[in-house]
Formats: sequence, C-alpha cells, structure tokens
Amino acid sequence: MRLDDPREEARRVLRLCNVCNYCNGYCELFRAAERHRIFSDGDLATLAHLCHNCRNCWQACQYAPPHPFAVNVPLVLAELRLLSQTELAWPRPIAHLGLLTLAVSLLPVLLVLLLVPGESLFAAHTGPGAFYRVIPWATMSLAAALPLGWSLLALGVGLVRFWRAGGGARGAEMRAACPEALRDAILLRNLDGGGVGCDDGNGLPSFWRKRFHHLVLGGFLLCLASTMVATLYHHWLGLEAPYPVLSLPVILGSLGGLGLIAGSLGLLALKQGADPAPIAPAAVQSGRLLLGQLVAMAASGLVLLALRDSPAMGILLALHLGTVIGFFVALPHGKFAHAPYRAAALLRAALERRNDER
Amino acid sequence: MTPPVPPSPDLPVGAVVVIGGGTAALCAAIAARRAGASVILLDRAPPENRGGNTRHSRNLRIMHCAPSPLFPGSYDEADFHADLTKAAEGAGDEALGRLLIRRSAAVPDWLAAQGVAFQTIACGGLPWSRKTAFFLGGGTAMINTLYATATRLGIDIRHRSHVIGLSRDGAVTLADGAGGTRTVRARAVVVASGGYQANPVWLAEQWGDDAAELIVRGTPFAAGEPLRALFDLGAASVGTPGACHLVAVDGRLTEADGGIVTRVDGLDLGIAIDRDGKRFEDETTITGPTRYAQWGRRVAALPGRIAHAVWDADAVDRVPPAIVEPIRVESLEALAAFLAVPIADLAASAADSGRVTRAPFFTVPIRPGLTFTCYGVRIDDHSRVLTPDGEPLGCLFAAGMIMAPNVIGTGYLAGAALTIGAVFGRIAGEEAAEHALG
Repeated sequence: MRLDDPREEARRVLRLCNVCNYCNGYCELFRAAERHRIFSDGDLATLAHLCHNCRNCWQACQYAPPHPFAVNVPLVLAELRLLSQTELAWPRPIAHLGLLTLAVSLLPVLLVLLLVPGESLFAAHTGPGAFYRVIPWATMSLAAALPLGWSLLALGVGLVRFWRAGGGARGAEMRAACPEALRDAILLRNLDGGGVGCDDGNGLPSFWRKRFHHLVLGGFLLCLASTMVATLYHHWLGLEAPYPVLSLPVILGSLGGLGLIAGSLGLLALKQGADPAPIAPAAVQSGRLLLGQLVAMAASGLVLLALRDSPAMGILLALHLGTVIGFFVALPHGKFAHAPYRAAALLRAALERRNDER
Repeated sequence: MTPPVPPSPDLPVGAVVVIGGGTAALCAAIAARRAGASVILLDRAPPENRGGNTRHSRNLRIMHCAPSPLFPGSYDEADFHADLTKAAEGAGDEALGRLLIRRSAAVPDWLAAQGVAFQTIACGGLPWSRKTAFFLGGGTAMINTLYATATRLGIDIRHRSHVIGLSRDGAVTLADGAGGTRTVRARAVVVASGGYQANPVWLAEQWGDDAAELIVRGTPFAAGEPLRALFDLGAASVGTPGACHLVAVDGRLTEADGGIVTRVDGLDLGIAIDRDGKRFEDETTITGPTRYAQWGRRVAALPGRIAHAVWDADAVDRVPPAIVEPIRVESLEALAAFLAVPIADLAASAADSGRVTRAPFFTVPIRPGLTFTCYGVRIDDHSRVLTPDGEPLGCLFAAGMIMAPNVIGTGYLAGAALTIGAVFGRIAGEEAAEHALG
C-alpha cells in the first residue's frame, strides 16, 4: 500500500495517524498533524522537521508492516526532510558533498605545504601571534569568513522559503512564541519519547540518544562561544592567539570539543545498532558525514592545542582550519540544515499551540 | 525498579503453561513467573502479529478515588459498578464484578512495575476521560513492553503455537504444522486465548453461511480452538453462542486487524441505505460514543449484511476524516447505477431525509466489523475454570475475553476488556503458580 512519492505517502500515512491518534503522547508531530485535514507541501515540510526521529511511533504502530496499511512514519518523514531540504536549497544542492568537504578540508594542508617555506612551517613557534607566523591572520580570517558568509546566506534563503511555505511570518505573535520554541529546541523535548526515551531498536527505550544529541548541541555552542570570545580578545583586548591553557577561549573550546567528540561518537554508535526499517539510508549517510566532520574538527583542534608548541603545529593548524572550512562549506547542504529547519518547525508548532489556546 | 524474581524452583520446565498472546496471557505469564513458577507462553500468532486484540487497544477502565496524573476526576466503586451493571444488562456475576472493580485500582501500578508507560493528562492530546487510563503509544506499545519484561524474566515464549487440545491434568496438545501433534505437559494451564471471532465455521452455527461477511477487526488468530477444547472437557459456558461486539466499518477494508481506523463515522450527516436503496433508521438519532456499535448491529441484521453511507456536497466536508476518501459520484442517477439500487427508492430516501440534496454525492460501503465474541467459560474468584456443578475443571484456569461474559455478559464497556485481561490475568497467573508449586 506504500506510495512511491514521499509527499503522497506522507499524506496517506498522516491521514491514518490523525484517525488513530494513539501516538499523540509521544511528540509534537502528532499533535501538530491533528490540526490539518489536508496537508499542503509546506505543512508536510514543517511536520517532517517536527519529527526528531525517536522512532517510538514505529515500535508502537499497530499498522506497521506486515500490516497491509504499511505505516512507517519515521521513514517517510526522513525521506520528506531530505526531499524538502533539497528543494529548498539555494542556489542548488551539491552532489558528492562528502568528497567536496574532504577536498576542502585537506586543501589548506596542501597549500601550506606548497606556499609556506619549510623552515617556517616546521619550526616551533611560541608566544602571541605564533599561529599567524604560519598562516597570516588576514588569510585565515578570510578563508573562514567567506565560505561561512556564503553558507549562512544560502541557509537563510532556504529558511525563508521553508517558513513561507509553512504559512509565513506573523510579527508579534511570532515573537511571543519564540521563547517556547527556543525551549523546545534547546531542551530537545521531542526526543523524550513522551517521557520514556527513544527506542533504538533493541526494545529498551533510553535517554542516550537525547544525551548524546545534547552533548553535540552543547559542544557546538561552546565552540561557537570560544570563537566569539577569541574574536573579542583579538579585536578589543589586542590579545593574539594562542591563548594560555587556562584562558576562556581555550577552556570553552576544549570542553566544546570534548562534547562534540563524545556526543558524535555516541550517536554514531547508536546508529550502528539501530533497527534499519524506520531509517532512510540517505539520511544516515548525511548524518554520518556531519558527525564525522564534527569529530574531525574537534579532534584536530584538541591535537593542535596539545602540540601547539611543537614543530607539528603548522600542519595541524592547517588541518584544523581545513576541517572548519569544510564544515562551513557543507552547512546548508548537509545534515546541519536540520537544526535551523527544526527550530523553525518548533516555532510554527508553538505558534499554533498558542492559537489553539485562544 | 521491578521487584526481584524468586528463584525458579526445581520443577520440570513448563510448570505453568499460558495459552494466548494478549494482555491476559502476558499478565498471567508474568504473574506466574513472579510467583516462582517456570512459565511457557504459547501464542498462535507469529512474533510480528503478537499481542492479540490488545494490539488495537488504547485504554483501561480503572476505579480510583482521586484525580491523578492519569485521571482528571475520580471514579469510585459505585460509579464503576453502575456502569458495569448497565452494560451487562444483569447478566454479570455480582461477586466477580466487584472483584474486577476493586482489583482494577491496582492495575496501573502493577503494569507500571512491569515497565508499561501511561500517557499523562499533562502530556496533552488525550480525550477527557475520568474513567480510563491510556497507554503511552497504545496497546501495541504496552504489549512490546510486556513481552520484553516476560523475556527478561525468563518466560519461554513460543510463537506460532497452535493449541488444539487440552486435558484436565495439564496436557496441552499442539498441531505441529505437518498434520501431526505434540504435547506440552504442565502442572497448571491458563487459557487466555480470547474468543472465536476469527473462526467463520464456528460463527456459522448462529450466523449462517455468510458469517464470513463479518469483517474481523482484530487478530486473525482468534479461532477459538482452546475455548472449544474447554467445552469438550465439560467446562460450563457463560454468555451467548454467536453473540458478539460489532461496529460499522468501511466495507472496502476487509482484511483482519483493521483496528479502530476502519470505522465509519458521520452517518448522522447523511443517510444510510440498505442494498435496495432504502433507509432503515433515523440516522440523526444514532449518536454518542456507542454510535459505531449501534450501526454495526443494525447493518449485521440487514439482508446481505451491507449498507451504504451517502453524503451530499454540503455535508461531506463535515464528515470526520477517514483513512480512505469516500467514493464520489456526480448525480443521484450515477449513484443508483453504481450501487445497483432502483433510482426511485434512492431518490425517495434522499428526499425523505432532507440531508442529501446537492451534487456531487459521496458514498462508502458499510459492513459489520467483528471485535470479539461474547461466549466463554465460567470461572470462580480464583480464575479456575468450572464445570456446570461448580467444581474446578482440573488444573485449568482462564483469563481475559474467554471469561469476560462472567462479568459483562454480552455487553460492551469501553476499556473494560483490557481491565478484565489485566485483573483476571494476574489472578489466574498467581493462582496457577500456587497450584503448580503447591
């Protein structure tokens, strides 16, 4: 009974879910779907991003295959997320994202090997400005800022399209719903599985997925904070990197890096043992790419920290810079895009909840 | 945390055999295991279809004295007793009914101790219900949890076990799938295999040859062989042969296990006609939570056991959403041709109702959907199967829908079936363990 077109299949399945309703204790998706009798393409994109892929509804479904109704909500919504992200992408989706990011990540290493004289590249530099004696500050800043700026623009365009397709903005109402949506996004409330955690396929729900996801999210935010503090140090206080081990940028970055590594490896391990039936293979692939990038970025940063006084610093710096640029390049085209889209979907749901209460 | 399990005593494997795979069977198996018996669970279904009719359930009816995270109000013994008495129309056993009601109060905590999660009111999304508690994710989620717990406790679960015979002393005969039989011996047997709603041959005894026209809404494995075996051994019956719970379902969805999403609703917004195009009921008078069952009974009594819902263009948008769109036809003439009914009768039906006027028109075939049969074995307050003399029938116990008519006759009360399964499942399991170990 499964339909080939993900959107038609999602309409068929969510229509059935709205009649059944048994899963509406699990997450916001089912409570949001109940507000629709017909589902526009924009509604479907929003609903797809409300799904946090806990898969409890798959385990609990009385209509899952081999039942002829063949309901598989997490699978069709994962396919729909991929489809809508591809369609919303601007300027257009990138093929072979994995290869591209790998190439971008390794490019700075190649460039320093070619362009920086060996006696400088493999010398032990110490003291303020040590990094910039290998890669000048302006070069480093530009190499990071340009792809980041471009990617944020692309992500912004996609997000605006997503928001408009889901029903558009509503000024003051939207602002009022923001705190609630932010809380749902930061706390990952929809990964609670209705209070029991998520089942990764072994029949025993747990909160590990949520914990690992929180480690990734927290680690990412700490690294972001580290970079921002370092920028302030550089411009306002005139302090040049590398910073002492007990300085704010290093402490924030180290904790963030450890969080990213622990969380990403945890999520990768959970993917390994998961029941394949409710999972879209392409989504797993893009998830692995992002997690791999995060691990590479964090690990290269931590190794750089450990060996920054040694002759290996130059190469490690280039490698770390490369992983960061690779991450920036992939931002709007890979798994990372789920974060802003999900936040927007949570905002839409918070808006509609407030409308219901009126 | 769940309490520790007493060490397994030095008994042959299968001290207690439980037959069935739904709430009553799982509760009996877990209770017997926790009481110290070794337990084998024999379920007719393959693992992917496990859970009996519980797969399609969502809530249980619970006595409770105060509001709680699960209930917005209270529901005391007198309230529950009044509802049960009304539903049973006087056919229920007073003492067993009281037992059900009083023991229901402990069911949520007991199930929670087995790992079962309930949906709280705070979670949102629930219909207001002071009488019933809802499983988080519904009956299939509960069943998954109970199977996981049963496995952890060391209960030997054997799917695709087709029980065809029983004896008073605990010999259970299974079909081996190759035309032969094999036997499992137990010191006590709990029969929790439900009714015989998926057995058209047995149903034909009262329903005639077109019993197969009744659409099985639940598990297709409820063929009732263990029930028949109990009668063959001389068990006393309760309920009425052929009596069953019926609801109106979409006649295009004829496969078993349709559960709750195949029901037809919104008939009060249009008309219901029989196979000759004539109305048989004032549709607007059939409302409230029992409307599906009222329509099910009426359609089952019609010639051909079929009816058709018809709505017009103004009404169709107000009909509650269904999983399959109604069939659209552009005129009454086209509808008459499509349904093969005389246009004059159809036009008269539409005109008389005053609700079916503007084209296009929309129609859905309605069939009776069969939830469960209301015919089972008499038990005592230890869940022992009784003979007509009131004597226990060997080491045989019964729980769940196979004994439900003891308390509810041939009636229906939302959420009561699950409570009967949980309460008498636990009683039967504990008593069977005591019988086996004693």
